[in-house]
Amino acid sequence: MIVKKTAKDTIAALATRAGESAICIIRLSGSASVKIADRIYKAKNGRPVKQMQTFSASYGFIIDKKKETLDQVILTLMKAPKSYTREDIVEINCHGGIFAANKILELCIDNGARLAEPGEFTKRAFLNGRIDLSQAEAVIEIINAKTEESMKIAAKNINGKTGEKIKNLKSSVLDVLVELEASIDFIEEDLEITPYEKIRKKIEDISGEIKTLIEDEKRGEIIKNGLKIVIAGKPNVGKSSLLNALAKKEKAIVTHIPGTTRDAIEEILYIDGIPVILTDTAGIRKSRNIIEKIGVGKSIRHIEESDLVIMVIDCTGTIDKTDLEIYKKIKDKNNILCINKTDLGCIIKKSDINKFASAKNIIKISAKHGKGIGRLEECIKNSVFDGKEFNIEDRIFINNRQKNILKNVLTLLKSANDAMKINMSEEFPVSDLKIANNLLGEITGQIIADEVLDKIFSKFCIGK
Amino acid sequence: MNTGYRKKNKHYDVIVVGAGHAGCEAALASARLGLKTLILTINLDKIALMPCNPSIGGVGKTQLVLELDAAGGQMAKTADETAIQMRILNRSRGPAVQALRAQIDKKEYEIEMKKILENTNNLVLVQGTVDNIIVENNRAAGVTIESGPAFYSDSIIVTSGTFLQGRIIIGKKDYAAGRMGEYPSMKLTNSLKSLGFEMDRFQTATPPRLDKRTIDFSGLQIQAGEDIPVSFSSWNKEKIFENIPSFLTYTNEETHDFIRKNIEFSPIKSGMVNTHGPRHCPSIDRKVINYENKKRHPVFIEPEGKYSNEAYLQGLTTSMPANIQQLMINTVPGLEKARIVRPGYAVEYDYLLPGQLKHTLESKKVKNLFFAGQIIGTSGYEEAAALGFVAGINASLNILQKPPFILKRNECYIGVLIDDIITKELYEPYRIYTSRSEYRLILRPDNADIRLCKKGYEAGLIKDIQYKKVLEKINNINLCIKFLTLYKINPTVKNNILLKEIGTSAVNSTTSMYSLLKRPEINIMDLVKIFAQAEKFNDKIFKQAEINIKYKGYIERELSEARKLANIDNYYINNEIDYFKINGLTHEAKEKLTKTKPETLGQASRVAGVSPSDISILMIYLKQYEK
Repeated sequence: MIVKKTAKDTIAALATRAGESAICIIRLSGSASVKIADRIYKAKNGRPVKQMQTFSASYGFIIDKKKETLDQVILTLMKAPKSYTREDIVEINCHGGIFAANKILELCIDNGARLAEPGEFTKRAFLNGRIDLSQAEAVIEIINAKTEESMKIAAKNINGKTGEKIKNLKSSVLDVLVELEASIDFIEEDLEITPYEKIRKKIEDISGEIKTLIEDEKRGEIIKNGLKIVIAGKPNVGKSSLLNALAKKEKAIVTHIPGTTRDAIEEILYIDGIPVILTDTAGIRKSRNIIEKIGVGKSIRHIEESDLVIMVIDCTGTIDKTDLEIYKKIKDKNNILCINKTDLGCIIKKSDINKFASAKNIIKISAKHGKGIGRLEECIKNSVFDGKEFNIEDRIFINNRQKNILKNVLTLLKSANDAMKINMSEEFPVSDLKIANNLLGEITGQIIADEVLDKIFSKFCIGK
Repeated sequence: MNTGYRKKNKHYDVIVVGAGHAGCEAALASARLGLKTLILTINLDKIALMPCNPSIGGVGKTQLVLELDAAGGQMAKTADETAIQMRILNRSRGPAVQALRAQIDKKEYEIEMKKILENTNNLVLVQGTVDNIIVENNRAAGVTIESGPAFYSDSIIVTSGTFLQGRIIIGKKDYAAGRMGEYPSMKLTNSLKSLGFEMDRFQTATPPRLDKRTIDFSGLQIQAGEDIPVSFSSWNKEKIFENIPSFLTYTNEETHDFIRKNIEFSPIKSGMVNTHGPRHCPSIDRKVINYENKKRHPVFIEPEGKYSNEAYLQGLTTSMPANIQQLMINTVPGLEKARIVRPGYAVEYDYLLPGQLKHTLESKKVKNLFFAGQIIGTSGYEEAAALGFVAGINASLNILQKPPFILKRNECYIGVLIDDIITKELYEPYRIYTSRSEYRLILRPDNADIRLCKKGYEAGLIKDIQYKKVLEKINNINLCIKFLTLYKINPTVKNNILLKEIGTSAVNSTTSMYSLLKRPEINIMDLVKIFAQAEKFNDKIFKQAEINIKYKGYIERELSEARKLANIDNYYINNEIDYFKINGLTHEAKEKLTKTKPETLGQASRVAGVSPSDISILMIYLKQYEK
């Protein structure tokens, strides 16, 4: 059976089309809306959402799990029953673009909201008596249209490699489920029962595949939304010049005074058709200048959120402590080390370069003269796609909803595996796996009654 | 009909057609509720017959028997009375899937059940073959029997088992019979069809019985029962049962070769049977053909009774010709010289297609006409008994103008059984499995009384004193959990030595028994023995508390799912609704819903082919309809 979704859950969704507007709205509806909002939002004036008046707005920040500011937002509150759904509604107006909005939506879900079904806000509005009878038909059409739309997307996915993969995953989960289930109801039959270790191995394999899918989704996101590259390095090593060289136009202020680029500068460009969002950060160094410090703090956050970091060092000097400190911060990220200013003559020692031992790629460039930039571009592409051809046509990526489902499936698989690890009997891991199987069925649209029993009968010789 | 005659004579509140396991429970329930009840059977010597395996219980079926018992049914008590061997199944697993299986003395079961029927107030037994249902103003009014007379009543429950147009098949022969050696009921089907009921055919089969004295048990594996006290009925004191063993042998390549050589006689090849039989009881012919690589199949030799020399051959179901059956069994070790006393056979019969009954088991077409047992597509004594019980109560409550007795699938396996067979398309006779429930971890055998006693009490089949006993149990469990929460164990050297003795690691800080019980290796009885006065609560209460603590996460997840189901299961759908007029439903959903006519939104969501978005649309439509 499908995991039931009830009218009592608090739901969340993007209320605006993602990525197309300057502002994005995330809408929460349900009795826990305010509670969830208070978990992720800090008003500038310090007043919690709980104490806000209905139909009022508040300015503040979305704070993520690491207690860091994700975005500046305007939050509005519409308390039940005077709201669209007649439930408590919180709307978060954040900056446009897919990143912030998706992150905030994910935060809402991590804090107890459920991703809304297509048309669910409207459905609730109707069920709670907000919309009058004459509008009922229209509501049905909305649900229909949205369902059709999502079904089309689903159908498209099912044909793609990802869809095929999820189908296979579901069938693997079903296999495991059947193995365990058969031994419960058919205890007296002469069945060959697979030992727990083997089943656990299977579950771990399935989990691995799901993780890969989620990883792939990240790559898909890169193709859809752009590869986030951060250029890092201490002041005056030529980061802005590199940005210009890659963007092939002047944007950042290129000067020789250390600390000119106090805030991050973004540039969107294409490398072989892949959209790249290039961020030039403030030069990281120890600074007493408070404004600059803020810039530096942001730099570090930009680095954390990026897909790839290009670290720039100056070949006309020696490597100092600041270089190595910056390197320490990026060495676990996907990275490329650029040795810049080769046009001014390289005096950097080999032993110095060796200090960047774990740098994945090292390229000598002259940002000013555009030398080595082609190689750098090639290197950027390879570092993301492991040198493999990445064919968009070939892959249809899982969407946000599917990703959320897969994450839940992963948790359930882990729970089943843990239960088996401590030798709990079959019905306990089965209770997790049944839900996992149904969740995967939600993605593939295959919800088949009695599929477990049917499979037991087809697989085992039953009838003692 | 002559109403004057009717009022003077032979007027009953409830008539039960058939005295099998469904009929007995139905009649007992209605008579015990104080209604004048008539039970009609083709043969008064065949009451509560067990025509197939000589056992009651098993995984899943145990839950049915215990739930029936908790709500005021009979089967558990009679099983306890007549069991000649009790086995605990799934002993190594958790409490939710443990089960009891009893070997029953068949003859004694019949005698006991007949005794109970005969000695129940308000209950009349009459021998007769019902051939017609009398309906007046679309309401059940009475029945006529083949030998002539009519009996009138306010309610009728049909529990005809395999008798409707029963046809026995053995080898290439077939003939009309309800069971081997018994008359079928050839006319009732037509009466039902003329009332507009849709019927189809199912098939089931039974293995041959052997003369025990001709079996060589010397080389066979013995399968004995428990030697600890157990019982089905929670109202009975647990006891140590007689322990007449079963034996295990296996078919071999010789058996399989023989079957393959003679396969033309099997209904698989001969085409004598084209209807669906239960997949959980395939014939040996089918097993050999379908599982070519399996070198042997188990055969359990089970006693049919204390004073009977007949032995049942679990696993060797077949309807090949009798002489072939004889030669076939002689290939099996231990059975080389065994003699068949009754050959196996298949029986084909009419059953009511799903979608025609409500959750009360009343028909949608004719008021006060109820059905239960194999006629509505199930298989098994326990399934039949549970259905008969529910039909019996509802037939009575209808007359008493009291609210119906509805068991839901989030409350008990009986609820799962009923909801499934009235909602799903059946492809084979339906048998219960624990996997059929979405709430296996909360619908446990150990809490059947807690789950169902209140329902039985409200219906009037559980006495005050019984109900109080269960309420006290619930209260004690809560007190016990509280006690375990408050009882703290300090990290002293002495305590840690004691903990080590019961196989668990030391505590570093003051820890409650409650948190200790979360450790999978800890057993509450060990813990209680070393730390608390064990007499504070009895073992059963301690064990209930332990289950609630140990599996809290699982139990809470299922409880919350069960509550969610209750939300949409309490959403009733008007019977008059025209699904074809609902804009937005898929065509498949319109057709399936029209056919099934679900009673609630929850039931609608379980109809095959109805999607979650169909349910959304239906919900909106119903909301609109409401106003």
